[in-house]
Amino acid sequence: MSNFFKASIGRKVLVGLSGLFLFSFILVHLTVNLFLLAGQESYNIATHFMTTNPVIQTIEPILAVGFILHIAYSVWLTFLNQKTRPQKFLKVDQSKSSTWASRNMFVLGGLIFVFLIIHISNFWYKLNFTEIGYIEHGGEMMKDAYTMVASSFAIWWYVVIYVAGAVLLGFHLNHGFQSAFQTIGLSNEIWRKRWTVIGNFLSIVIAAGFSIIALYFLIKHLIS
Amino acid sequence: MNLTLKIWRQKNANSKGAFVTYNLEGASQEMSFLEMLDYLNSTLIGKGEEPIAFEHDCREGICGSCSLYINGRAHGQDSKSATCELRMSRYKDGDTIVIEPWRSKAFPVIKDLIVDRSAFEKILEAGGFISANTGAAPEANSIPVPREHADKSFDAASCIGCGACVSACKNASAQLFIASKVSQLALLPQGRVEAKLRARNMIAKADELGFGSCTNTGACEIECPKGISLAHIARLNREFLKATL
Repeated sequence: MSNFFKASIGRKVLVGLSGLFLFSFILVHLTVNLFLLAGQESYNIATHFMTTNPVIQTIEPILAVGFILHIAYSVWLTFLNQKTRPQKFLKVDQSKSSTWASRNMFVLGGLIFVFLIIHISNFWYKLNFTEIGYIEHGGEMMKDAYTMVASSFAIWWYVVIYVAGAVLLGFHLNHGFQSAFQTIGLSNEIWRKRWTVIGNFLSIVIAAGFSIIALYFLIKHLIS
Repeated sequence: MNLTLKIWRQKNANSKGAFVTYNLEGASQEMSFLEMLDYLNSTLIGKGEEPIAFEHDCREGICGSCSLYINGRAHGQDSKSATCELRMSRYKDGDTIVIEPWRSKAFPVIKDLIVDRSAFEKILEAGGFISANTGAAPEANSIPVPREHADKSFDAASCIGCGACVSACKNASAQLFIASKVSQLALLPQGRVEAKLRARNMIAKADELGFGSCTNTGACEIECPKGISLAHIARLNREFLKATL
């Protein structure tokens, strides 16, 4: 077991597995967010469920560990990889041999991290630790998360940040999805193509999904 | 045709190298890339200058000796081919060509365009063999090998150890090289016995020698003269996980 953690592949496997775990979280997150398009009551009930359900509450700290593992091991591996070529090539043309996203995972990840901080401080922190308005749905009082989201996405530059964040995430996942399966060994000639197609599809759905929600509220605000 | 060549010159392993620009007149599109360098060297010798050192042997894409990083790509602009297979017909009059040695911590430059690739030998010494006592050659049909395994093993065995994978990789990782050796042996009955141990030991040695880790960009597969598949890296990862977990 100690050989696993000492070896480069072992560290990569941790990045891949934590990445897949975070990927599944993103899918759940998008699903909940899509309730925003269904209206105030639907979204508030969905948010209420997510913030009060004991199972979800138990998973939340595990999610935090997933983020920390993914970021810490990626930074460490990138740091080690920076030292493998002390004398750089004068001219490098990797455009024919690899995708842009695959070569820029660390930069993409870094930008997503910046976005994550903005996002957490504006939504998650506000929702959990500040006093926001309450509203009654089905005889139960719950936080009016819908109005909080709607008022945020009425600000155009806020929407720009969110769309940019969603697109960056899409690129990151586009490579990350199939790369994770390759790293954990669940790939071969045929499955690599399948993971790539599935990854392409899901990354577009995720980038478009989050973007559409932000744009929906901006447009709604502009025409009202 | 006339060419501008920016070539890395380095006296020896301890000296600090630099790019030198040569204006070569009279090269032909019918030359191979290495013949063009031979021609350049003959003009340098004619002027009393030291010729450029570069590795070459078979010049037909088999031996894995040639190892040039040309205009930003391992083995030049053509995918899945070696430097010796590159023709000057791919260039036109007035082109500028940047020629560099493989660059990675594990492949130090010895002179000009020649690097020391013995790090690959050290990885092989760590596990690229079988130690089962096979005795005299057995009757061929006594150990059946599925056709699919034999084909995949042969594909992996076509690795010529040129080091293009390391150069093409942004992390200078040797995973494709290691994976080809691990797959070649793991898919055959005699090699299967030590497959897990082999993966673990070869990876440990590569880490120790300063090769990077794989981030699955896939550049190695494209630049590999033999087009060795990334699927072999997935197999290496499986063997490594089986060995360590």
